[in-house]
Amino acid sequence: MKTVEEIKSAIEAAVPGAPVEIAPNPNPALPHSLRVAPECALAVAKFLRDDEELKLDFLSNVTGVDWPESLEAVYHLYSVEKKHGPVIIRMHTVNRTDQVELPSLTPIWRSAEFQEREIFDLYGIVFTGHPDLRRLLMWEGFKDHPMRKDYREPDDFEYEPTAHDEVLKRAQANQAVAAGQKESGAGA
Amino acid sequence: MSDTQSHSAILADRLEGWNRPTAIVPQNEGELLEVAMGPHHPSTHGVFRMDVALDGERVIRLRPVFGYLHRNHEKIAEGISYLASMPYTDRLDYICPITNNWAYALAVEKLTGQAVPERAEYLRVILGELTRYQNHASSIGFLIQEMGASGTPLMYAYREREKILDLFEELTGARMMVNYMRFGGCRVDASQGWLERTRKVVAGLAGFADEFDRLLSTNEILMARTQGVGVLRPELAVNAGVTGPMLRASSVNYDIRKVDGYGIYSRFNFRVPLGDHGDVYDRYMIRVLEMRESIKILEQALKEIQPGPVMDPKAKIRGLRPKAGEAYGRIEAPKGELGFYLISDGGPNPYRYRVRPPSLINLTVLEDMCLGVNVADVVLIFGSVDIVLGEVDR
Repeated sequence: MKTVEEIKSAIEAAVPGAPVEIAPNPNPALPHSLRVAPECALAVAKFLRDDEELKLDFLSNVTGVDWPESLEAVYHLYSVEKKHGPVIIRMHTVNRTDQVELPSLTPIWRSAEFQEREIFDLYGIVFTGHPDLRRLLMWEGFKDHPMRKDYREPDDFEYEPTAHDEVLKRAQANQAVAAGQKESGAGA
Repeated sequence: MSDTQSHSAILADRLEGWNRPTAIVPQNEGELLEVAMGPHHPSTHGVFRMDVALDGERVIRLRPVFGYLHRNHEKIAEGISYLASMPYTDRLDYICPITNNWAYALAVEKLTGQAVPERAEYLRVILGELTRYQNHASSIGFLIQEMGASGTPLMYAYREREKILDLFEELTGARMMVNYMRFGGCRVDASQGWLERTRKVVAGLAGFADEFDRLLSTNEILMARTQGVGVLRPELAVNAGVTGPMLRASSVNYDIRKVDGYGIYSRFNFRVPLGDHGDVYDRYMIRVLEMRESIKILEQALKEIQPGPVMDPKAKIRGLRPKAGEAYGRIEAPKGELGFYLISDGGPNPYRYRVRPPSLINLTVLEDMCLGVNVADVVLIFGSVDIVLGEVDR
């Protein structure tokens, strides 16, 4: 199989103007990955899937990573036809708070469908172009993203307002009113 | 709400794309219903829900709903040491704890560059193939059970599984929650007596496979219910990341034991059985054939295994702090590709710990296979995927 450098130059030749850089693995004995700019990720993914030499037709693993400045999505690609791999591509969001969109690669590889939903659920990366972006594991109406490093769990997961809360609030309000009347009555 | 209105609502809810299932146009065969199958339906292998829209008996939409067993395994693992996650991996796919251990150990060994002694590799293969055998036997048993053959095949499968679990118990101390592998080897060595008993059990496995095969493979009801049902096209199977027996039943030759040759699998002589049609029957048949191939591997491994250490003497298990880096280790688990993706920042616990669960990703194509079939076949198609909810929801 081609080396990461060769794949990088092949992508640059096939998708002009696509900024691709090699993200070195801190441990040099292990494979390096390619960092792709989100705006051209779909074109790069399509090239990787359809290129005759690479034929990375099988997307094995998709996962999110929470870094201090940004969120990252990592894709592990293999080729079933050529029996090689992995080629690892990764994309960064701009920050961790309001600019968390990345393009969805589900139109290219369907195996990303549930995994991107899981990342959306647990990390809060919004995949644009995903056909069915809903929470996968947490329930609808859950607010936070539990896999983020700064996630703080609530005091009580099971808590939801019930009729009893309303009754209690009403009772407290009535008591306050009654107490006020008593005070004003006592004053008069 | 009239029937036509709810039809258009269901169709408008459909997902588009080249690899999406084509819409089923309702023929108004009967009442239009939306049914929640599960989470406590006995055929769902745990707590799993399918929201099914039915036109009479035919399925016109199916949405899987996950998360009933979610406990955020990954988050827990990021807060504890590398070793402390090992017993927790047993709980992912609780039918096959050994292969979960193996995949995790493999990923950590990639990260640290540790070597595994030869005897430990043999023990891993022996236990891994025993696991594959009992997983396939019981998954066939469950499938037939869901078809209405109450008990008999499942009890046959469990009788055999019990013998294998006894071996696990003797070697590891637990029937299912084995916590057996370590980074750089295995926790305890197998005695000569254990190997002898394993040889005896393995010698009996072929007879069981024959019996199972004779009982089921040409059974008229099984053939009528499963042939041509739930067909999965190979190009969709690859695109949707389907792995394991399901992928090979769709005639795609991809077995990670052959492709990666992890451990010492390249030493063994075995074949990769492939299906022709990609239907439920092929998935059943592939599992029977893989059970036979597992016996072959077991016989070779039990013959070749030599005395020696089972742990790398230089291996550091407690307080392991791998150098910064990231690694992805994957194995051919009985249900498909089980992968662990680890990022180390040099600290005592992983910065990122990710499980790639084969069960979850194999369910991506559930709707594709189920559209247009009768609701009774949904149970069969779902059973032929072979999932464990402990792994789907993590």
